[in-house]
Amino acid sequence: MNRKFSIHTLLVFGAFWMLLPFFWMVSTSLKTQMEALRFPPTIFPTVLMLSNYLEAFRQVDFSRYFLNTVVMTVGTTALVFITSTLAAYAFARLKFWGRDFLFTLFLAIMMIPVPVYLAPSYVILSRFGWIDTFLALIIPWSANVFAIFLLRQHFRILPGELFDAAKIDGLNHLQILRLIVLPLSKAVLVTVGIFQIVSNWNAFLWPLIVTHSDAMRTIQTGLAYFSQAESTNYPLLCAASTFTTAPLIIMYFFVQKQIMESYARTGIKE
Amino acid sequence: MKSKISSFLTPTYDWLELPMSHRKDLSGYLLILPALAIIIIFRFYPILQAIRMSFFKWGMAGPLGVVGLKNFNRLLADGTFYQSLGNTFWYVIFVVPLTIILSLLFAQLLNQKISGRGIYRTMYYLPVVTSIVAISVVWKWIFNPDRGILNAMLSLVGIEGLKWLNDPRGIFEILLGPLNVVSSGFFAGPSIALCALIIMAVWHNIGYCLIIALAGLQNVPEQYYEAARIDGAGPWKTFRHVTLPLISPTIFYLIITQSIFAFNTFTPVYVMTQPPGGPLGTTKLVVFYLYEQAFKLWNLGYANAIAFVIFIIIFALTQFQKRFIEKRVHYE
Repeated sequence: MNRKFSIHTLLVFGAFWMLLPFFWMVSTSLKTQMEALRFPPTIFPTVLMLSNYLEAFRQVDFSRYFLNTVVMTVGTTALVFITSTLAAYAFARLKFWGRDFLFTLFLAIMMIPVPVYLAPSYVILSRFGWIDTFLALIIPWSANVFAIFLLRQHFRILPGELFDAAKIDGLNHLQILRLIVLPLSKAVLVTVGIFQIVSNWNAFLWPLIVTHSDAMRTIQTGLAYFSQAESTNYPLLCAASTFTTAPLIIMYFFVQKQIMESYARTGIKE
Repeated sequence: MKSKISSFLTPTYDWLELPMSHRKDLSGYLLILPALAIIIIFRFYPILQAIRMSFFKWGMAGPLGVVGLKNFNRLLADGTFYQSLGNTFWYVIFVVPLTIILSLLFAQLLNQKISGRGIYRTMYYLPVVTSIVAISVVWKWIFNPDRGILNAMLSLVGIEGLKWLNDPRGIFEILLGPLNVVSSGFFAGPSIALCALIIMAVWHNIGYCLIIALAGLQNVPEQYYEAARIDGAGPWKTFRHVTLPLISPTIFYLIITQSIFAFNTFTPVYVMTQPPGGPLGTTKLVVFYLYEQAFKLWNLGYANAIAFVIFIIIFALTQFQKRFIEKRVHYE
């Protein structure tokens, strides 16, 4: 009993520090600027300034940033689903010359961190005339090797009889993929989708570099911009931080198992 | 029908055997074409281009001429570059072990038979899904020297608050100063400002490492603990001689991924420090320096020379860890 008590004590101590920034973010977001600057600080706001949230929206065009992020997320996710299911099917189920070499090449390229090719990517995108457009936000991320990898692992373990039967019935590859493989792969597809949503929502460095007009800002570059414009108005900054993180946190409470799994299996973040 | 050579070169699966007519068809290539095209245009080509560009003087509008190794010569003489490498070194050296040790500790606690494990896990993992921009904004406020909650809490226990993100003094400089040891530059250690970024990074990554470590711990067969108990081993001895060797592949994996991840840190520097990379350049991490050279000063060629060094270091890091750490890793 004593042992359990000390374990809980340590865990609660840890949890306190893990949650403190979130609590402080929400608490500050509801204070007046006067109260936020009081020292020592008040733990809970004395008056609930819900208007901070509206005020943050009024100061910069967060609704536009939300919309841009949604477009970017939907666009890349849809394209990633198409490119990676096709490729994963070919890598898992077909034989062709150079298949294993190409797959290894894919994996090797994905190991190279983004900063290494940041400058040339910018040059290429500006040559295409894509800088500051959705094309620059979506197209370079419309193939995802980790998605291909995950889907391939799953497609490989599907029973071969299914494919034999499908071939006897005269289905072509696209029909097999659509009618047989995908319906049996819902869990993996959900994992890929969640991973796409989280990484797009939180993407920062790429949008920062390939867009520069206010109308093209995503939620993260918008928040960073806001934090520089309003560097001392902490209630407004915390309100903006709260509503930019809230969608993912709410989603997290519903699908936390899949989120943990998709991160654990892909081994990357951001 | 299948030839021996092709079956030797590619792994075969019996159910995958197709009629000869299918072997020659191009559908495999057609199916990977969309992904392949994207990866060649937006990954493979830029990586090659990065190497080429590092031999050019490259301005906003395009190449301004070949400069050979000039970018690299300039890099070797660039004090700021060395400083950024030094900062990054300290950052990685502190963030990775701290994160992994703390996450192992909590994973160990969560691996006991106690109630509420799911709730703890949910709470510890929460920072992982939160955007780095948002948490940087919030932690900047927490670290505020005059109004921040951290200094308020320190003053409650009678400790004088720190200037955190505004303090360029190195921690070794502060700790060793009273002993009359003069340390400066790289040997001053991470500045207080960089330590603030380190604290935030540890906080941000514990949840991820914890989940991975927990999965590793749950794979340790119960009978090993049983045997250790019978031999009279205490908790520390059990951990040191049973748990640690058995989860060393997991730890190895975490060391590699976390080092690479820490090495690539950019956002907190951009959002939290003022001026970015300050005070006195002590939070300028190498990826931030690359960004600054490429997209603030538009020295794209020079930035690629930096990128080249980053690539070499990350490559060497993985190779080094493979050679020297993996040897000590215990695989079943």
